Amino acid sequence: MSGGHSTYTPKTGFGRWMDARLPLPRLVYDSFVAYPVPRNLNYAYTFGGILTLMLAVQILTGIVLAMHYASNTEIAFNSVEKIMRDVNSGWLLRYLHSNGASFFFIAVYVHIFRGLYYGSYKAPRELLWILGCIIYLLMMATAFMGYVLPWGQMSFWGATVITGFFTAIPLVGDWIQQLLLGGFAVDNPTLNRFFSLHYLLPFMIAGVVVLHIWALHVTGQSNPTGIEVKQKTDTVAFTPYATIKDGFAMVVFFLVFAYFVFYIPNYLGHPDNYIEANPLKTPAHIVPEWYFLPFYAILRAITFNIGPIDSKLGGVLAMFGAIAVLFVVPWLDTSKVRSAVYRPWYKLFFWLFVADAIFLGWLGSRPAEGTYVAMAQAATLYYFAFFVVVMPVLGLVETPRRPPNSITEAVLEKNKPGTPAAQTAGEA
Amino acid sequence: MKTFLNGLAALGLGIAMATPADAAEYPLKKPPQLEWSFDGPFGAYDKGQLQRGLKIYREVCSSCHSLDLVAFRNLEDLGYTEEQVRAIAAEYEVEDGPDENGDMFTRPATPSDHFPAPFANPQQAAASNNGAAPPDFSLLAKARAVERGFPTFVFDIFTQYAEGGPDYIHALLTGYEEDAEGHEVPEGTYYNPYFLNAVSLSMAPPLSDGMVTYEDGSPETVDQYARDIAAFMMWAAEPHMEARKETGFTVMVFLVLFGGLVYLTKRKVWAEVH
Repeated sequence: MSGGHSTYTPKTGFGRWMDARLPLPRLVYDSFVAYPVPRNLNYAYTFGGILTLMLAVQILTGIVLAMHYASNTEIAFNSVEKIMRDVNSGWLLRYLHSNGASFFFIAVYVHIFRGLYYGSYKAPRELLWILGCIIYLLMMATAFMGYVLPWGQMSFWGATVITGFFTAIPLVGDWIQQLLLGGFAVDNPTLNRFFSLHYLLPFMIAGVVVLHIWALHVTGQSNPTGIEVKQKTDTVAFTPYATIKDGFAMVVFFLVFAYFVFYIPNYLGHPDNYIEANPLKTPAHIVPEWYFLPFYAILRAITFNIGPIDSKLGGVLAMFGAIAVLFVVPWLDTSKVRSAVYRPWYKLFFWLFVADAIFLGWLGSRPAEGTYVAMAQAATLYYFAFFVVVMPVLGLVETPRRPPNSITEAVLEKNKPGTPAAQTAGEA
Repeated sequence: MKTFLNGLAALGLGIAMATPADAAEYPLKKPPQLEWSFDGPFGAYDKGQLQRGLKIYREVCSSCHSLDLVAFRNLEDLGYTEEQVRAIAAEYEVEDGPDENGDMFTRPATPSDHFPAPFANPQQAAASNNGAAPPDFSLLAKARAVERGFPTFVFDIFTQYAEGGPDYIHALLTGYEEDAEGHEVPEGTYYNPYFLNAVSLSMAPPLSDGMVTYEDGSPETVDQYARDIAAFMMWAAEPHMEARKETGFTVMVFLVLFGGLVYLTKRKVWAEVH
C-alpha cells in the first residue's frame, strides 16, 4: 500500500514462508508500522483513525441489531422496542448505533474542515479528497435510510420529504422517486429496500475507505505547514508515534460518545420518532437529523424562480450543488500556498465559513418563514461564495506569509521560544 | 393520489409549509422544570412513586389509554414480588385461543401477558373519545417534549437534562385552567396552555384531589398524582434507565483511567522526538 521500498524483514520461518506466498504481514507492516508520517501532525489529524473506528462500531452494532430487527411496516416499530426492552443489552446496542451515526458525522465534519483548513485537497491529493467526498455521500445515504428503519413518525415523513426531492427533476423525476419507494408512497416495499441498502452501503463505504487510505499512503499525509516531506527528519514512523496519538484521541472521542449514549441518549434524536409512523398524520415540523440540517436550510432558502427553473427544482439543485461543489474544491482553490496557517485572509474566510455552516444548521431546524428565510438565503449565498468566489480569487490576490523551508525547521522553530518564526508556527 | 404526493413533496420543499407557522406558537406556556429522582448521572426510579403511578394508571388512565409494550412481568422492576405480579395480572382478562374447537376464549392474564388495551382498535378508541384516539402510554414520556430553544439546548448537554417528557406530562395534567385571554376553544375540548399542538385538547382534566387513595401517606393532590404518573410513564418508556446510568458510570471511569494511561504513554513515546 505504501509508496517507496519496503523495509520489512520476516523474523520467523513462518513469516518467511508467508512472505513468499501472500505478503500480507509485509503489507500491514509497511502500511501501519513503518509508514512515515509527518512529525508535526496535530490532533485534528487523528479524526481519520477515529472515523475508521466509528465505521467498525456501526457495522458491528448494526449486524447484531439486524438479527433482532424486522423490516415490515406492521412490526418494525415494535421490533425496535423489543430490542430496547427484551433483548439482552439491546438498549445499549441500539443507543450506540443511533448515537454512533451522529458521532460518525461529528468526526467526518471535523475531518472535512481540517482538510479545508490545511489545504489537504491540493495536488497531488485531489483523488484522495474526491474519494473522501464519495464516502461522505455514501454516509449520508446510509444514515438517511437507517433513520427510516425504526418506522417512527420522523422516519416516515423524513423519507416522504426526501424522496419527494427527486420529483423536482424534469422528465425522469417521478420515475426515480417511484423506483426509490417501490411504489407511489412510502410503504412496506420502501422499508424493505431501505433496510437492504442500509446493510449494503456500509460495506461499500468500507471499500472506498480502502481506496482512500491507499491513495493517502501513495501521496503521504499532508501536515499543518502544507509543505511536503523533504527529508527523513521530517517524519516519524506510524507505529508507535501515530498509533499512540490516534489511540489517545480515540479514547477521548469515545469518552464524549459514551457520555451521550449513557446519559442523554435521546438528546440528538427527535421525540416524534417514538411515535409509530402514521401516514394520515403529518407532524407539525418535519426536520431531518441534525447532520443534514445545513443542507435542509439551503434547500428551503430557494423560494424564488430563476428563469425556467422553479423554486422547487432550484432548491433541490442548490442542495445537491452544496455537496457537489466539494468535489471540485481542488480546482477552485488557486492558492500556491497550501495551509491556512500562512494565509491570513483565507483563515478569516475559513472560520466565517465554519460559522456559516453551523448557522445554516440552526436555520434548518427553524420553520422556513419570516426572517429565517432571508437569513437562510444570506447564509446560502456565503456558503457558495466561499467556494466559487473566495477560493479562486483569494488565491490570486492574497499575499501569504513565507512558510518555513521544511517540516523539521517548523518544528524546531516552534519549540524554540522567542524567535519571530515561532509565533507564526505557533498559530498552527 | 398524484395530488397527495405533489402536496407532500411541496411540503418538504418549503413551499406549502403553512402548518409550522401555526404550530410554532404552541405550547402557550413552557413546562416548569421539576426535580425527579431519576434525573442526573446517578438518578434512579423511586419504587414507591412508580407503584403509586401504577395505581393511578390502573384506576384512572387505563380506562382510555393502553400500555401495549409493558408486560406484567416488568412490574417486578417496581419492587413487587413474583406472587404480587401474578396477583395483579390475574385481575385482568385477556383473549387467547383458538382452542381445540377453534374458538377464542378469555382467561385471567399471567405475568408474561401485556396490559390489555381498553379499546379493540384505534377506530373504536377514537369513536369513544370525541374523534381523538387517546395515545398509548408505553413511550409517551419519550415521545413528548417541548422545544428548549437556544441557548438552553446547549446547556442541556452539560446538565444532562433528559426529563422533558415527564416535565411536560406533569405540566399538562396540572395545567388545565380557565381561559383568561379569550382564545378560540373548539367545542368538546379543554383549554390547556401547556398542550403541545393547540390551545386545547380533547381530554377532560383527568385528575382531581383525593380521587386515588394512597397507602403510603403521600399527599393525595393533583400535583402529586401528576408527578407519580409522569414518573411511572418515564419508567414505562425507559425501563433500563438505571442499568444504563450504572453502566455509564463504570464506562466513564474506565475511559478516564485508560485515557490517562494512554496519554502518559503517548508523552513517553513522543518525548524522544521533540
